[in-house]
Amino acid sequence: MSGAAPPRVGVVTFPGSLDDRDALRAVEQMGGEAVPLWHADRDLRAVDAVILPGGFSYGDYLRCGAIARFAPVMEPVVAFAERGGPVLGICNGFQILCEAGLLPGAMIRNRSLRFVCRDVWLRVETAQSCLTGGLTPGETIEIPIKHGEGQWIATPEQLGDVEAKGLIVFRYASRTGIVDDVSNPNGATNNVAGIRNPAGNVVGLMPHPEHAVDPDVGPTGGQPLFASLLHAAMVGVTG
Amino acid sequence: MTTFRFEVLVTLKDGLSDPQGKAVESALPSLGWTNVRHVRVGKHIELEVEAHDEASALEQVRGMAVRLLSNPVIEDYQVLEVAPK
Repeated sequence: MSGAAPPRVGVVTFPGSLDDRDALRAVEQMGGEAVPLWHADRDLRAVDAVILPGGFSYGDYLRCGAIARFAPVMEPVVAFAERGGPVLGICNGFQILCEAGLLPGAMIRNRSLRFVCRDVWLRVETAQSCLTGGLTPGETIEIPIKHGEGQWIATPEQLGDVEAKGLIVFRYASRTGIVDDVSNPNGATNNVAGIRNPAGNVVGLMPHPEHAVDPDVGPTGGQPLFASLLHAAMVGVTG
Repeated sequence: MTTFRFEVLVTLKDGLSDPQGKAVESALPSLGWTNVRHVRVGKHIELEVEAHDEASALEQVRGMAVRLLSNPVIEDYQVLEVAPK
């Protein structure tokens, strides 16, 4: 696709977002055009993909993501997602997507009650998503987590649906891909680290791929994820 | 218009693990209370609503509880009308 204009990837800044700058930087580093978006925006500036970044939107005072989901920008984001546009929620962005009903389940406090900040291994469960189109199910990648409320849970009906339809994108695992309790950093149900919607264009995950694209500062497991996202942005709809 | 006052109690659904409740439960024995079980931690929200009548006020508070104050995936809520301050 050389010669084509790079895909435009919007990153929404909410009051209290922390990782918006890293997400913008990761997009640029991986060859996309980074487009800053603001929570009060009512249009998406013709982007080809949207990232809801990590942080503590609106202080996360009521519940994580509960107030951000009603931000003006969420109306065009939801419409873009419904048209098939690639939407990625990272950490707080994942919580916002769950609160907005774009992804099933919810996040509660980590099992340990402690904030956890370290590199983890994820096993890729499906290539049917905007974030894993270039990966192979079963392979493992290393990227960091940093959260206090990342324990994904769901109603029994949602959990059955998510497992039956293969909506789990990543599970916490060992380096060799063994999914067990030891490798589960927050107590997430069935080691879920990231999920998708049935169409695969909406993905949320607690780990931070935007912190894992630069070999100078740590693991690079985020690179293939951003490459997949940019590819999905290139071939998909525009916001 | 009349002012109606409510309390909304938001609690994690039964059967969901409650890490905050567990932390409180495991702290109590060190203070001498070794006889406490099943601690659950929830939220208590107080609010006042201007409305024409009690039924309309209550209906609005239930709407708030469903849309914003609680997350129906993980939480139950209870709306109680209380005496004005």
